[in-house]
Amino acid sequence: MAETTREPDTMSGSSDGESRAEGGAAVDAALRLLSFGPMLILVLLIVVVSFLTPNFLKPVNIGNIMAQTAVIAIVAMGQQLVILTRGIDLSVGANLALATVMGGLVYKATDSATLVIMAMLASGSLVGFINGAVYVFGKLPHPFIITLATLSICKGLALELSINHTTMRGMPEAVTFLGETSRLGVPNSFFVVFGVALFVFVMARSMIWGWWTYAVGGNPKAAVEMGIPVNWVLVATYSFAGLCAGIGAVVLSGRTAASSPLYGNLLELDTIAAVIIGGASFLGGRGHLGHALVGAVMIGVIRNALNLLNVSVFYQMIAIGLIIVIAVEADVLRNHLEARARASQATRAQ
Amino acid sequence: MSGVPVLSVRDGHKRFGAVHALKGVSLDSWRGEVLALLGDNGAGKSTLVRCISGVHSLDEGEIRLDGEVAALSTPALARRAGIETVYQDLALFDNLTPSQNFYCGREISFPSWLPRPLRFARRRTMDREAAAVINRLKVKLPRLDAPVALMSGGQRQAIAVARAAVFARKVVILDEPTAALGLRESRKVLDLIRQLRDEGNAVILITHNMEHVLELADRAVVLRQGRKVGELKPDRTNQQELVSLIVGAEA
Repeated sequence: MAETTREPDTMSGSSDGESRAEGGAAVDAALRLLSFGPMLILVLLIVVVSFLTPNFLKPVNIGNIMAQTAVIAIVAMGQQLVILTRGIDLSVGANLALATVMGGLVYKATDSATLVIMAMLASGSLVGFINGAVYVFGKLPHPFIITLATLSICKGLALELSINHTTMRGMPEAVTFLGETSRLGVPNSFFVVFGVALFVFVMARSMIWGWWTYAVGGNPKAAVEMGIPVNWVLVATYSFAGLCAGIGAVVLSGRTAASSPLYGNLLELDTIAAVIIGGASFLGGRGHLGHALVGAVMIGVIRNALNLLNVSVFYQMIAIGLIIVIAVEADVLRNHLEARARASQATRAQ
Repeated sequence: MSGVPVLSVRDGHKRFGAVHALKGVSLDSWRGEVLALLGDNGAGKSTLVRCISGVHSLDEGEIRLDGEVAALSTPALARRAGIETVYQDLALFDNLTPSQNFYCGREISFPSWLPRPLRFARRRTMDREAAAVINRLKVKLPRLDAPVALMSGGQRQAIAVARAAVFARKVVILDEPTAALGLRESRKVLDLIRQLRDEGNAVILITHNMEHVLELADRAVVLRQGRKVGELKPDRTNQQELVSLIVGAEA
């Protein structure tokens, strides 16, 4: 009896109408296009800009873009993980500023590059850990609140602690090394970006930690029910975002051979913009680190191109704002298409 | 029904603030038996189930597994103890593939000397095992590498039930598994439930569908306002009695 009722089911999948299958294919194609969209736009952007201004593709300029993009890219990868878990980290810019100041203060006391770098990384991670711990164990409704608070606290601390409340010159050679250009013609900081990207890639794709991060982002309630240590996953995520801010602090201090409480101003907006423009979703659990990288490069290219074209900084801000709106609308469209795909799947299953 | 019940709740109480959701409920469940847990909305069925699956913990009373008092304070502990739950909202991850959904929280990973979060996932092994289970349960899915967001209600339900089937070693709890399904898809889930029972699990089934109760359940426990008000073997002759127990109109 039970066997016979199963028979029609095994048939149903293939016996749907041609038009329905075609509709599904169109939706599939549109979804695939959307997931590659930011990459295509970036390529298009580079082609257009290199026609508009011949200086754009010169190796020196490409090196410039890489150096300018490095900090945003590194911190954006941390931000991406946070956004993956449906959160947001507003403190990364101030966190970076505080980390450079900590490094600068350690440099005043010792010449050890190791200690200076450790100080910056530790400061960044600690702030991130506090973000995560207060959010989770303080049972806050949204990470917006705690990271806004630490933004203010870090900024204040950085200004208070830095000598004369302003920029402090000097960094150990091993740090300023990151600001130089390697023999391959790319900035040394590029290799730091590459290293962080490689780690995040392996972590998100293959490590259980990464899988849990996606699960928590996709369905926090189910993650609890499936026995994932959701609280610790979130603390790790915010700590990692803090660590990325610390790494960004090392790179920025290296490029400028200085530390300053004024660094990282509006970096939280740049990194969030990079993640969104790159095509990540605010709905949680979707997207990969490529989004943050593509977005960061896109912001770098747009700024650089508008500079070369002598467009005022104010228009640059407006341009990036407009692109954010377009990117978010693309996300909305993607969800709409997914709902369509699900509906057509359901009718096919009948 | 001889020997020790695989799952036994003794005099369970649960309060949420002023609400006394469970007022001393006791319940036994044996291997190879489908136990229907019945009651009107707010009778305490879901609360009881959530206490067994580790989402809540009982304020008073105890839960015994194979006769031993078990501490089921978290879902992870309950799952480790062999209790699987198919939640009403399915607890699926729309952004993950069926096999990732299967193994979520208990991924196959290596090397074992690392702490779990730092281990690497054996993606291919998990994909293969998941495909085998899906085949064994005769569930038909369009694709095994697409996120479950793109699948129909019945397919999603089948994934959730199949997940419980893979890992269940003692008890499987299903909270209204057919509520959102069409006729044919319900059939399929009922078949799966039968299969779970035949594999030697104790099955606890929450449902409002009397037909399903008559068809599947070996025993029915009725809750009302946080108390157990009846327990009987459901068949055509006492169907009316069962309904009056649920709505509280014995008179």
